[in-house]
Formats: sequence, C-alpha cells, structure tokens
Amino acid sequence: MQDKLSQIRELAKSRLSEAVDLKALDAIRVDILGKKGELTQILKGMGALSPEERPKVGQMVNTVRAEIEGMLANAVTELQAKEQEIKLAAETIDVTMPGKVPEMGHLHPMTTVIENIKSIFIGMGYEIAEGPEVEQAYYNFEALNIPKDHPARDEQDTFYIEGEGDFLLRTQTSPMQVRVMESGKLPIRMIAPGRVYRSDEVDATHSPVFHQLEGLVIDEGITMGDLKGALAVFAKELFGEDTKVRFRPHHFPFTEPSAEMDASCFACGGKGCRVCKDSGWIEVLGCGMVHPKVLEMSGIDSKKYSGFAFGMGLERVAMQKYAISDLRLLFENDTKFLKQF
Amino acid sequence: MNLPISWLKEYVDLDCTTQEFMDEITLSGSKVESLTVMGKDIDGIITGKVLEIEKHPDADKLVVTQIDVGNGEPLQIVTGASNLKVGDIVPVAMVNSNVYHGSELVKIKKGKLRGVESNGMLCSIEELGFTRHDYPEAPENGIYVFVDEVPLGADVKELLQINDEVVEFEITSNRPDCFSITGLARETAATFRKPFKFPEIKVEEKGEGNAADMISVEIKNPELCPRYIARAVKNVKIGPSPLWMRHRLTAAGVRPINNIVDITNYVMLEIGQPMHAFDIDCIKDRKIIVRNANEGEKIVTLDGIERNLDPSMLVIADSEKAVAVAGVMGGENSKITEGAEAILFESANFNGPNVRITAKKLGLRTDASAKYEKGLDPNLSIIAVNRAVQLVEMLGCGEVCPGMVDCYPNVRTERTLEYSPESINKLLGTNISSDEMIELFKLIEVKADGSKAVIPTFRPDLEAEADLAEEIARFYGYDKIESTLAAGTPTVGKKSPSQQIEDKIKNTMVAMGLCEAMNYSFESPKVFDRLNIPADSDLRNTVKISNPLGEDFSIMRTLTLNGMLTSLATNFKRHRSESAGLFEIGKIYIPKALPLTELPDELPKLTIGMFGQNVDFFTVKGIAEELFGVLGIKNAEYSANKELPYMHPGRTADISLNSENIGFVGQLHPAVAENYGIGTEVYIAVIDINTLVSNANFDHIYKPLPKFPAVERDIAMLVRDDVPVKSIEDILRAKGGKFLEDIRLFDVYKGKQIEQGFKSVAYSLFFRAPDKTLTDEEIGSPMKKILSELEEKIGAKLREQ
Repeated sequence: MQDKLSQIRELAKSRLSEAVDLKALDAIRVDILGKKGELTQILKGMGALSPEERPKVGQMVNTVRAEIEGMLANAVTELQAKEQEIKLAAETIDVTMPGKVPEMGHLHPMTTVIENIKSIFIGMGYEIAEGPEVEQAYYNFEALNIPKDHPARDEQDTFYIEGEGDFLLRTQTSPMQVRVMESGKLPIRMIAPGRVYRSDEVDATHSPVFHQLEGLVIDEGITMGDLKGALAVFAKELFGEDTKVRFRPHHFPFTEPSAEMDASCFACGGKGCRVCKDSGWIEVLGCGMVHPKVLEMSGIDSKKYSGFAFGMGLERVAMQKYAISDLRLLFENDTKFLKQF
Repeated sequence: MNLPISWLKEYVDLDCTTQEFMDEITLSGSKVESLTVMGKDIDGIITGKVLEIEKHPDADKLVVTQIDVGNGEPLQIVTGASNLKVGDIVPVAMVNSNVYHGSELVKIKKGKLRGVESNGMLCSIEELGFTRHDYPEAPENGIYVFVDEVPLGADVKELLQINDEVVEFEITSNRPDCFSITGLARETAATFRKPFKFPEIKVEEKGEGNAADMISVEIKNPELCPRYIARAVKNVKIGPSPLWMRHRLTAAGVRPINNIVDITNYVMLEIGQPMHAFDIDCIKDRKIIVRNANEGEKIVTLDGIERNLDPSMLVIADSEKAVAVAGVMGGENSKITEGAEAILFESANFNGPNVRITAKKLGLRTDASAKYEKGLDPNLSIIAVNRAVQLVEMLGCGEVCPGMVDCYPNVRTERTLEYSPESINKLLGTNISSDEMIELFKLIEVKADGSKAVIPTFRPDLEAEADLAEEIARFYGYDKIESTLAAGTPTVGKKSPSQQIEDKIKNTMVAMGLCEAMNYSFESPKVFDRLNIPADSDLRNTVKISNPLGEDFSIMRTLTLNGMLTSLATNFKRHRSESAGLFEIGKIYIPKALPLTELPDELPKLTIGMFGQNVDFFTVKGIAEELFGVLGIKNAEYSANKELPYMHPGRTADISLNSENIGFVGQLHPAVAENYGIGTEVYIAVIDINTLVSNANFDHIYKPLPKFPAVERDIAMLVRDDVPVKSIEDILRAKGGKFLEDIRLFDVYKGKQIEQGFKSVAYSLFFRAPDKTLTDEEIGSPMKKILSELEEKIGAKLREQ
C-alpha cells in the first residue's frame, strides 16, 4: 500500500514537472485527486481493510494527498506567474508614442494678463471696479481736472457720441476713479480694468480699442512713499522678484505730484536689449498723488484724505510678456494664435 | 523738443557725459526720447586740395584729379563734377568711409572708373547728409568747396561744425517753459546744481527814427492777444546767416532760410517765443491791428495757399487787410523780400487754445502754433524781441531803430502761493526741512520763505501746494522718497460675485475646448445687411460715433455676431479644412433713447461660435447645458425659434429661464454664413451674462448615496415627426411618480419600417427608492400612467419593449 502511495506521489511529481499550462494541471488534479482519481480509488478501496489498518492507511493517504495538493498549488502559482509574464510581454506598447490629449480651449492672452494683475492687487486688498465705456465727458475730463480747452480733449484723440448730452467713448479708465470716489465709501483700494478708446488708426502698435487698468487708493495719511511701495510690490509680482523700479516725474492733470514708473527690463535684467530698446528700463505705468481738486470735485475732503492713483496700458504688457510683435493679432482671434497661450 | 548739447552748454557748464546728462535730467522730470549723434555715419572724410585736373581718357563727363590730403602723397580720384579748379579745397571721402546717396549710406571702395584708378570720392554737401539750406555757399550741383583757407587732411565734420549731439525730449503739456533751449537749460542747471547763465541782452539801437513814430499797434481783442510788441529795423541786408547759427538751427531741426528768418527761428528755439518779421512797407498805414477775422475773409499764407478765415480766428491786419494769421503763419502779402528796406519784428502773446483751434481748422500746425498752443508767458515777448534785434546787430544785417511799441493791456505778475513744509512732507512721506525746501525752490527761481512762495510768471503750472510738493520732490529726488506700505484701514481684496461668475463661465468654455476671442466694440452699419437684419429692426438703433475713424468703426455694436463671424471667417479662410470653436464675453450697447440723452445700457453677452466636422446643433446646445449645470441653473428651457433672421429657421432654439428669454442657440443662416465667406455650417449661441449671474446658484446640499439598486424600464414609441421630445419628457417627468430618478433618451429613428411622418423615440427610465429595492408592482403604476398619458396627449403608439 505504501508503495502504491509513493508511486502515485512520484507520478504526480513527474506529471507536474511536465505540465505546461493550467489545463494540464487541472487534468492531473482530476486524474489523481478527482472523484475517480487514483488516490480517491484507494480511499474507496479501504472498505476491504481491517478496522485497525483503516486509520493508518487513511492517514497515509491524506498525507500524500496533502503533499500532492501542495505541489499542485505551487505549480499553479508558478504557471500563473509565467502566463501573466507572457501576457504582459505581449501587451508591451511604445511608450514614446504621443498621448491622447483631450482638447481644452485657451483663454485670450489679454485675459491671462489681466487676471494675473488682478490677483496681485486682490492680494494687496484691492477690489475690482467696473464701469461704463460710453461715458459722460464730465467723468472722462472735467472731474479729472481736464478743462474744456485742454488739448487732451481734441477730437483727434477722442471719439464723441452723437446726441444731445456730452457723451464719448472713455479715453482712459480714469473716470472709474471718479465713479468710485463718488460712491462715498472710504477707504478706497480698487483697480478697474477695462476697454478704452482713442482715435488711432489700426497698425502694429495702435488700436482704436485697447485695455487699461486704473488703480486708486484713498485713505487718511496716504503718502507718495506709499505709492512707491505699493507699485514696487506690484512690479516684483508681475515681472519677478529681482525687478527694480524707478519713478520719473511726469505730468497728469489729475495727479500731483505725478510720475511714470519704469521697471528694470525683465528680458535682460536691465543690461539693455531689444525689448527695452537698450535702455534697461520698461515704462510700465503712470501714477501720482490724487490731485486735491479731483478729491474735492468728488466730494472728498482733501484736508483729511489723500491718496494715489495709477493707470497702465495692458496690451503693451501682454505684448512684452509674450513677445507679440503685432497688436492686430490680439483682435484677429486666429485659433492658431490663441492656442499658444 | 530737440536740444543740441553744444547749444545747451552756452547756458550751463555741463561737466558730465551726455549719457549721464540724459539719465539725470530724465529723473528730474524732463523725459529723454532719443539721442542723435550728428554725422556719426560719415567718418573718414577729410579736406584735400585739388592739385591737378585732367580729362578722363575714355569718358567725356569724367575728370581725373590729383588731391593733396596733407600727407605728401597725392591721391588720384576720378570725379564727374565740373565745378572744380586747381587750388580748391574740398571734402574727400577716403576709401572705406561712408557717404550719403540720397538717404542711404554708401561705402567708398577703391576701384577703377572707366579704366582709371580712383582712390576715394570728392563730396557734395548732399553726400555729407546736408542741403544747401544748411550750407548756402555750396554749389547747386557739384563738389562742396571750402570758402576759407582750411588745413589739409582735417576732419570735415569739425570744419563744417557737423559734430554735435542732439537730445530729443518729450515735454509734458504743463511745461510750456521747457519748449525752449533756455527752458531746458534752466532745468539742467537745477538738476546739476549749476548756475544758469541766461544770455545777456543788450541792444545798441543805432538806426534812425523811433519805432513808436514808425508803427502803431491796436489790440481789438485783448483776451486773445494779451500782448503785442513791435520793433523796427532799417537798412536790412538779407543774406545767409553765419555757420554757427545755421548749425544750431539745423541741429534743432529747423531749416535755415536767410538771416532775418533764421533770427526769428533762433529766438523761438532759444527763448521759446515765436516771432514774425513783416516788410514794413507792406503794412498799410504802418498800422498793426490785432482783430478777429471777418466773415469770409481770406489770406494767402507764406506757403502760398489761400486760407478761408472765420470770425473765431485772430489775425494781424493793417488798416485794410489781414497780413498774418495770429500765432500760426504770416501772410504772403507782407513777407520779407530781397529789397525790403525796413522790417517790423513782431513778438506777441496769443491765447493758446484759440491758436490751437485756428491751426486745426486751417490744417496748418506750425512750429509757432505748436509753441503758442501750450500757453506762453507774455513776459517772454519783450525778452525775445530784444534778443532778436540784438542778433540783428550781432549779424550786421540791419540797423535797429530805438524804442518799441508794446501793447500789454493786462500785465501778468508773479503770484504768491502759501504752503506749509509740514503738509508737503506729509504728502510726500518725507522729512525735508523748511530751509532745505527754500534751497530747492531757489533752483527753479521760486522765492520762498517757509510759508509763502513767489512763482515766476513763466511757471503758470504752479497753482497750489501740491504743485510745489512736486517741485520739491523733483529736485529732492523721487528716488530718495522712501517706499512704504500704507498702514491705514485694512480692506479685503476680492472679486464681486458677478466677476466670479464671469470667471467661471470663461473657465467652463475653456474646459469644453473653446478659445477666447476678443473683438472690437464698434463696427460698420453695413453689418446689419450682412446679417439679414430687416431695415426696421430695433437692432439698427445704435449709439453712433460722431467722429469715427471710418464707417467700419462708426457704430457701437447692438449684437455680437459680426465680431464672432468675422473671427470664424478668418479661421475658415486660413485653415480651410479644420474646425474652430470660439467664445467671447463682450458687451453690446443699447441706447435708451436716440439721440442719446443718457448713458446706454452696456450688456455683457456670452457668444459661442463653432464650425467643423463633428460640430452640430447639439454640440453647441450641449455646451450651453453644461454651462448651466456648472452655474447651478436647472430650469433652462429650449423652444424652436423660426424668426431670427440671421439663424437657420429649422435649427434654432430660444433659451429661457423662468419664461424669460436669455438667448438662443442654433445654426447660422446659410445665407449669412455665405455673406461672411464661411462655406460650412456655423453654430452659434448667444447668452445674456447678467441673467446667468442673477440665476446662478452655488448652494450644494449633499444627497445620501443610493443604497438600493435602480430599476430600469425602457420604452419605445411612435410619434408624429413634429412632436418635440420635450413634450414626451414633460409627460415622463409629470407622471413618473416620486421614485422616477432619471430619464435618458437613447434612440430617435426615422426611415425603414417607420411610417412616413412618424419617428420612433426610445427612453430608459430609472426608478429608485431610498430605502428598498423597488418591485415590479411598485413601478407598474407610474409606468401605466405614463403610457396612457403619452397615448392621450401626443398620440404616441407604444412599440415592443
């Protein structure tokens, strides 16, 4: 009996070693351990044995069965691993082939620039104000200390609107200063980006429609030092931490003292290059302390409050930032252009 | 304003480089635009003496010259000029130097002309980059010949005083005083803390008679002419002015003409006061009358053009006729000619805005009008007129008659402003002592004592304390003001809810593959025809620009389609086979009344435009639906609209929210697409942003995740072709009962096996209860209701399930 059992075990061992797939293993299991399998047969034949022998033989059979089951399990694991390996090998792909890109759209570069600037000022506690593009002359001029006979009011710069009132397309975002001041809420920290209009023929650097951003801060005790500080932070955020700024005296009717702010050229760091026309500086914005007359006209006590204002053209920032050489591209909406941003 | 450095140095001892000068003066407020180095392109041109002139053996028009350039070895140079004689000293462009050929630079090479070697080139004044205006002694055609004996081999640029640097400034409108060499010199002196040397003006007055006996002046309109000064000069000798004067004029950008004209221009540049010279014999009765022009009056100006005047314009007239347009240009009838025996120098002050408007009306903006329009100091007039006659004496071109006629009805005097050093410091954020401020004021000729400042009359821009603060800051140094971050009341930086929603809309559009477009706000009234919009449509009531750049930019848009279609057309034409998807958030401008009596409504609109192979009505509608989903808008409704003239009548839907129309979606009318040259189907949606903003809802309340499975039932039905699925869905939802969770349209079929005029529509219905698995019985009741309602209301015939 013992011999028979070892035979079966040896047979199982040799057949397992020859098995090439899971199917063959299953056949072995059926042949040996199955209902009609050899080992089962032995168990079935145990009826012929004496009661003393039965437990012994039974134990021997079970030991062999456990042994064979163990071998089978190992063989299955081994073969499964092998088959997996083959399958994986067959599934190999060229990982250098291009990815499948879900088609996203793109924001206009002007939007990106404006959003960038907005978030800088929001971080500094500014609100975003919006207002009309068709504007009354009072807001665009008088309330900004630009009287009737001022050259800036010439028709050659300003689009006027047919009608009985004194209507025009705003030539600057500065009327927003007045509208925000008139609303009467103090202190003020706001920026107002938007479209403005000037009578310039369309060419590579001019457009009759373009964007400006106005800024206004009014509170008690605001100084020109505060103006410099706030705008220097802005320039660093926009152009990079190493950016230096300089303030040049300038003239705007609605600020006094007035200045223009240059930033060290982001392209060359101030050494001089094509972007900055070899000067090392890029003109960024006009600014100044809000003219007392402007404060008073908008109902703010200029003895108690002071403030600063600034304004900048945004197309120029986008063109410099993205090295766009022709302003017209911004209004053409060619998707081959828009998808670059 | 052009400032020749050599001229500037006459009034300020400048001991820095030009670069340093430009940097510093920019920081004190005079902004440098550019630097021109005169003659920088024409190095290597030296003087040479003509030793021999021989005929060229093979060319009639050429001669072969031997030129002594001072190094002992004569150069052989072939030239075509015929004005040379032996002994002439001429400019010689050596091999490898550059000369002008028209406006181009040409390099001189060693070579042969018709077989004869030529080692350089003899130059005309034009080849040096100048004209006979600059050097009147130069021949009309031919080589420049030096009039005086000059050394050989010397740099021609030195001899002709070409070497100079010219700095161009941008002068702001508040500083008319800086529109002159002396004005800029004053700023320079203040910037560099150097003394400012104003030219010393002395007149000998050796002429006979007296100006007051020779001329009379009457100002009829003192508002437009605050001052008029006339001086007389006798025995005038017209001729070229000396080289130094011509050079300065040329460098400053003014063409030399003759000594008298040059003197007026020189004074205008130097002092900033425009001047004019009349032939005194052309002034009838020698009577100057400054008056408004008469209706219909005409004058031929110095440029030979007849000008129509109107009574808003100021003229200088005699007792009979206008002889000049005040502040703009003199008249042909009184101009100085060769035989003029006596001249009248005018130095006057005119109202700036009036000169500007007159110049504009006449289309005649001159150097003089450009100066006047800024508003000049009437006290300059007397300095200028005396300077002019001083120059006449200096140049020996006439005898100055004693005295002058000075009509100055309202004298402008120095103003006194009060100021407080403390509040200036408070505004600037500085701590400058009162004494230091007084010193800074001195630099710009403001006399201050710590509380009062006396402002010179040439600084009308200094009106209030804030103006004085700027002057202090300028010369203290903007860069020395310490940067601070404002303390004050803290504020929260944020976007308004509507701004946040607009951002969300943009980001959703981008996520769905659309690119953002940006179009002009104004357009041509012709777009209405292009868009099939009927003649009586309200859309044609537009905000009109009264002075547009042209018809194409003349009305504010009342709908956004034209910009979108123009952009799509650009894409279609450039990349024909491809697709494009754009969106724009932009305003339309709707007048409340015409002509405008109040501001128009400016309404932001979302416009979507697409074309391409996989784009159809449902693509754009799907984008709109997804957008509504993102904005938490759940009740958008769509209904067919056959009436929009620019849209396909069978493929357009109105979109409404709570019965309010908020826009439309559909296919562009093919005829309109054709008008824009887009040869494919174009799909459009236009949605009102303000309504989206007011309906957006971002409240999200968590619904427990389902614990029990949904039960699905499919139904398919035959309905008439013209039944919109919306009416089916309304029934499904109305009768589906509380467990109906979702419905999904999964098939619409027309054609084989379906009766003509009908379509098969199939839906999956999903039922689910939160607390149990639904049984067939529980679903049976709502399904029965649905089926009978479908049959009853829309005549649907159920098909096999």
